[in-house]
Amino acid sequence: MSSGIGVRPRTAAAPTRPVKKRVVQRTTGQRVKSTIGYVILCLIALAFISPLIYMVATSLKPAAETFTTPPTLWGSAIVWQNYVDAFTYLPFARFLVNGLFVAIAGTAINMAVAVLSGYAFSRLRWRGRNTVFVLFLATLMIPQDVLVIPMYVMMQGFGWVDTFQALIIPWAFTALGAFLLRQFFLTVPQELDDAARVDGAGTVRTFFLVMLPLARPTLAVLAVFSFITYWNSFLWPLIVVNDVNAHGTIPLGLQQFFGQQGSQWNLVMAASVISMVPTVILLILLQRHLVKGIVTSGLGGR
Amino acid sequence: MTTTSVAPPTPAAPAAATAISERKQDRDGDGQGRRSWWGFAFAGPHTIGLALFTVVPIVASLVISFNNWPLLGAHTFVGFGNYAQLLADPIFRTVILNTFLFTILYVPLNLIVSLGLAAWLTPKIRHRHIFRVLFFIPTVTPIVANVVVWRMLYQPGGAIDASVQTVFGFHAPNFLADANWAMIAVVLMSVWQGFGYNMLIFSAALDSVPENLVEASELDGAGAWTTFWRIKFPLISPSVFFATMMTLITSFQVFVQPFILTKGGPGSSTLTLVQFIYNQGFQYQQLGLASAGAWVLFIIILGITAVQFIGQKKWVHYE
Repeated sequence: MSSGIGVRPRTAAAPTRPVKKRVVQRTTGQRVKSTIGYVILCLIALAFISPLIYMVATSLKPAAETFTTPPTLWGSAIVWQNYVDAFTYLPFARFLVNGLFVAIAGTAINMAVAVLSGYAFSRLRWRGRNTVFVLFLATLMIPQDVLVIPMYVMMQGFGWVDTFQALIIPWAFTALGAFLLRQFFLTVPQELDDAARVDGAGTVRTFFLVMLPLARPTLAVLAVFSFITYWNSFLWPLIVVNDVNAHGTIPLGLQQFFGQQGSQWNLVMAASVISMVPTVILLILLQRHLVKGIVTSGLGGR
Repeated sequence: MTTTSVAPPTPAAPAAATAISERKQDRDGDGQGRRSWWGFAFAGPHTIGLALFTVVPIVASLVISFNNWPLLGAHTFVGFGNYAQLLADPIFRTVILNTFLFTILYVPLNLIVSLGLAAWLTPKIRHRHIFRVLFFIPTVTPIVANVVVWRMLYQPGGAIDASVQTVFGFHAPNFLADANWAMIAVVLMSVWQGFGYNMLIFSAALDSVPENLVEASELDGAGAWTTFWRIKFPLISPSVFFATMMTLITSFQVFVQPFILTKGGPGSSTLTLVQFIYNQGFQYQQLGLASAGAWVLFIIILGITAVQFIGQKKWVHYE
């Protein structure tokens, strides 16, 4: 089973794959056919992305022109003011800062604990290691929806309802990171540990000076998954945040904004664009790492 | 985060298997390193955190489901009372049916679209990484934002309605207020936003199908269609199995799309299980009933997973 899911896709994600040059010359007919196919593919892609294009276009329209028949893509004027208004009707800057703070803090904790446990599960020997690891994997099966209610009761007990720590801490320990990091550390040759040991480094020095630098690419993948998950998270903030203006993150703010400005579609779209920018930038910058992480683990941000 | 925390049981199995084989190695004693306390120190923070925030809540969830547990105030033990109440509730039955209906429509559509596009985006396609990234965008953008955009498209007078009026001269159905259309609207939006994951997984799997097999099949005169189903599909079937299972699991947890598009309406025609859990817990403040609903969801997911694992032998080929 491991061969099917883990290994095969991973080889596919290798950055460069020599594409064999076609020896046989293609006929004109084939070339026309493939060009038509390519045009159709481009049209499908365009249709697919059109809701997002429409979103950007609407976010720049004057309020009176958001619903017109026949539909138009661009309004009579480009209204950048919509973005300013989106930031003033509701404390959208606040939601952005909150969202960034929660996502970065949660991601940092998640990376720290996962790199340590991933190392412990792969390179250290200790009593109960395999049992604990199987338990880690088992927790990946549990849907978040089953956890939110007891989690809320727990937050009541801690006095954490409507706080930032309630948004950050409970989801900072998901097992995905330990799994990703363990898979990575298993690929590091044992000779590196041995060499460090011969040089007199103990477990801690070996970890920090040899292993941690090597794990940076895998940590980057984990960081992106974790950040996106926190940034997009909706159900839990909806439950645990009471004062949206103080502790709201982007999706929560957007939902409230939508409730209040439901008729002001140009502003709602401006707010939506703002909410999408950070993750789209991450996707474009780190596409190769992300693809690799997804085909290795099959999950992340799902 | 509605659909995040589930993870595939599939990687779990091989990892568990390797864990066991490693243990055997250890017993053989090849002398690499000795047991130490460092393991506890390194694994400690993560293990304690996971125990506190996942193991404790899952147990607590079961306990709460056996209690009458209001959001505020004292709770009392009621045994299976909450489960009995759920099963007798016609709304709950509707919710279960809706959730299954969503799954039956969503999962095949998602798989067809993602498999079709993955098969189309062969390495011969120019700029295919651009297409890949493009189709992947809605899976990383906040789902709330995606849904809000679609809410505007579906609106009477919105882009779809306005286009239909311009071209055909009559109004498009009021997708979100019409009980016949609401679920379809929710499903289409969900496919648009979700198929990118499976497409990437399939695309990567197809890339690793050995080229000589494909060429041999073409030399034998097989067309692209036959080659795909006879050669490529069996080889990528483990990935298809994995993706099908993940998609099934996440589709049972659908929440944000109906919550923002229709609020479960019109009537309760798009009310899904997770929204029911949310409503019970945080609108009606009945945490016991909500937990019982959550456990029904969990049991459905475990059941589906088990059935899939048994059924896979018929069509999944492992090397």
